[in-house]
Amino acid sequence: MPETNYNMDMAFFVDMQRCIGCHACEMACAECETNGQESMIHVNYVDRAVSVQTTVQVCMHCENPACANVCPADAIHQDDFGVVHSANTPRCIGCSNCVLACPFGVPKKMEEAELMMKCNMCYDRTSAGKKPMCATVCPSQALYYGTHEEIARMRPNSTPVNSFKFGNQEVKTKVYVMMPKGAKQLIVD
Amino acid sequence: MAKLPTSVDRLIAAFGPHKAYPPQSGFYGAHEPDELVKTHCCYCGMQCGIQLKVKENKVVGFEPWMDFPYNEGRLCPKGVERYLQNNHPDRLMAPIQRVEGEGFEHISWEQAMGKTVSEIRRIQQTYGKDAFAMLSGVSLTNEKSYMMGKFARVALKTANLDYNGRLCMVSAGAGNKKAFGLDRSSNSWADLAHAEVIIVAGANISETFPTLTHYIWRARDQGAKLIVVDPRVIPLARTADLHLDVKPGGDSALFGAMLKILVDNDWLDHEFIADHTVGFQETIEAVKDYDLDWAEVHTGVAKEKIWEAASLWGKAKTSFLLHARGIEHHSKGVDNVLSCINLVLATGRIGKPYCGYGTITGQGNGQGGREHGHKCDQLPGNRDITNPAHRQYIADVWRINESEMPGKGLTAYEQIDAIHRGEIKGLISICFNPLVSLPNNGYVREAFEKLEFYVCIDSFLSETARYADIVMAGSLHEEEEGTVTTAEGRVVKINAAVTPPGNARRDGDIIMELAARLGEADKFSFASSEAIFNELRLASKGGTADYFGITYEKVESQMGIFWPCPSLEHPGTPRLWEDRKFSTPDGKAHFNPVRFKPPTEVTDEDFPVVLTTGRVVSQYLSGTSTRRIGKLVDQYPEPLLEIHPKLASRYGIKTRDLVRVKTRRGEAEFPAQVVETIREDTVFIPYHWGGKHAANQLTIGNLDPISKIPEFKVCACQLIPTGEVASAALTETAYQSDL
Repeated sequence: MPETNYNMDMAFFVDMQRCIGCHACEMACAECETNGQESMIHVNYVDRAVSVQTTVQVCMHCENPACANVCPADAIHQDDFGVVHSANTPRCIGCSNCVLACPFGVPKKMEEAELMMKCNMCYDRTSAGKKPMCATVCPSQALYYGTHEEIARMRPNSTPVNSFKFGNQEVKTKVYVMMPKGAKQLIVD
Repeated sequence: MAKLPTSVDRLIAAFGPHKAYPPQSGFYGAHEPDELVKTHCCYCGMQCGIQLKVKENKVVGFEPWMDFPYNEGRLCPKGVERYLQNNHPDRLMAPIQRVEGEGFEHISWEQAMGKTVSEIRRIQQTYGKDAFAMLSGVSLTNEKSYMMGKFARVALKTANLDYNGRLCMVSAGAGNKKAFGLDRSSNSWADLAHAEVIIVAGANISETFPTLTHYIWRARDQGAKLIVVDPRVIPLARTADLHLDVKPGGDSALFGAMLKILVDNDWLDHEFIADHTVGFQETIEAVKDYDLDWAEVHTGVAKEKIWEAASLWGKAKTSFLLHARGIEHHSKGVDNVLSCINLVLATGRIGKPYCGYGTITGQGNGQGGREHGHKCDQLPGNRDITNPAHRQYIADVWRINESEMPGKGLTAYEQIDAIHRGEIKGLISICFNPLVSLPNNGYVREAFEKLEFYVCIDSFLSETARYADIVMAGSLHEEEEGTVTTAEGRVVKINAAVTPPGNARRDGDIIMELAARLGEADKFSFASSEAIFNELRLASKGGTADYFGITYEKVESQMGIFWPCPSLEHPGTPRLWEDRKFSTPDGKAHFNPVRFKPPTEVTDEDFPVVLTTGRVVSQYLSGTSTRRIGKLVDQYPEPLLEIHPKLASRYGIKTRDLVRVKTRRGEAEFPAQVVETIREDTVFIPYHWGGKHAANQLTIGNLDPISKIPEFKVCACQLIPTGEVASAALTETAYQSDL
């Protein structure tokens, strides 16, 4: 592990209700030198015919990451801070197991490169004491990077949740989503 | 000059728009820049702080500026991508002149200046001084705005100078002056984040001022109620407590009815009204018949929602009312603004913490640019060109005889009429793309074809510049130092990151040389942008927009200063009217009676559907810059016709069907986007494109009688399905705005 200023008190919070669908996060993410002008965060309309609601999907950095577990080449690494990194270039065989396994649909296979790429929580920035690029620029702060104390003080009517239930599978993540006050788990049937 | 010098395809091939993308690994030096230059975004009135990465005199990327207090690093997609306008392949690097049948050829500055000055002289000697007009724009800094005003009056000696602010916030400015005697948002955005009730009327904040969204969400985190007035469910309206889906043109009926509810329920601040206002009785008399049944008919909003909105507003302890072009782009734009101000004054919620009111300026310097005299009736400091004392003061600053100063000229759209009438024969423009941004633009194009000489200063060959005899390669925002004033009234510093490339020049230098060649060198011998600002400070001294106490040093060390700031010791004024002394002659805030009037053009059997226009998040104004930035183009490549499924089903229209939209001015085809997020009687088209994709081929040129703003936001149209599905080729080339 290189020397790092990664601050474990900082956490990543996503609040879909605040998202205005502007795509600033995608554009800023693509600027990162390791991303080659590809965004690792994705904004989509839920159903534009009926609503302007958008969702924003960033890597949730699972505590027990399915993507890493299913990787036959052992290319996906979770570091000591819980950040799940993009596939290690020499190891990745482009099999797409991770793409299929991720419950959140995060990893994308870059077909041209035959390589899986995903968010590493702007490791170059966060390890240097900065905020990830997407959460820095997000004009509505649907993406927020800060401490639990800060988010509790600023947003008293919502609760960060990092437990998800997909059918019978429970997933805990490093990234939180903001839910109505008192919520404990997001259940996806 | 007449038609285009050659085919539009040849012009596009030579000058774009072309889409610029960064290389996959970023520009050379992006990861090891020579310096980070703290400045502001070049686009909207929020003027977000940003740091530009500079390598070898090129802008190669950006880094968020966390310390600038308004946005703390936050940016919208336009802000993230804005750096790509620099170092762009379409950039004009030298002056060019029209060559019949060929397009344009490079010429020297000597030739460009010589030809321009001789044409100015010829036209003015033949037809009179006012036959040479000027059009300016408020994406320019305060320094350049000030200099354009001085240049037109002192060097060109023409009365006919106006600006693209005429399409922006003149209705709000006129309303503010009538009600308060001063034209500025009353509070900083910091107050917005603490208001209990927020009304946002005709302001698509999440797309046009995205970073302001954060302040509204912060207020809601603390329990604020949000009321959005808009014919569409804009992103801000999706979760609003109340969405008042007003029919375009129904705004003053809505606010009038709300005022009546406030009166009927005694939700009034009697003490404030009695002590600090005039005109209340006449104002409530004007709305006495506006009951809910009447209001529902004239606004198209369910009466329960109107009552609920008035009740929320009436009972609040603190509040903020914001509006923008949605209520201002009307033939009764000033009335709409005044009807909003009446709600604020009736409840006395102004000049106190967390109680505010303001228009949101759309352009980068929409606030400062409308204060310092490149408007046909205005002199610096928001002085009046028809006021003898104001004229004398500015004549002294400019060292001219007051009698030599031209009087009030024609407004922007009236200039187009005057070209058609043969009264204006020559034109110089900067920072304005009227062929895309003015209404009924077939009529506008015909006017440009009639000019004997047209010279344009721009960084890119805009759709309008294609018609120029000479285009002078000017500077981008990041190439010239200056100040701008944000929508909250904060004067901030624009720092030059790079010098203009090739033979392009700073706009300020171009204007100074033209002035010198017109014989006024001694009045345009500014050694720096700061020297221009220092003259502006003096020129604004004692005016309502008083900048005298603002210096570059103060602006930089204090992250901006809010005007008025009349002396060097003065800290600036983030919140106006705390002393209850309004800037009107009698010191009172003025209620103004507003009686509802329908829009100029109402729907009928022939034109049965309401057409309204607006913007999308990834484009800025007429797109001269943003239609050249690849990812911004790709996000929303072409103008779509938003139409409700019920209206669409009447015509058998499905999403992506190509629909011909026809008004009394023209017709154009747009792919349909069938969505439930718009009123059933209204269709919407964004206006950022030119040529056959221009929404402004359809819009109406009728003007507000006071502000002279065109009625972009409402006219009547027909929908004619073409039976075709929109082609991918059309989508792919829309950004180029071919004819």
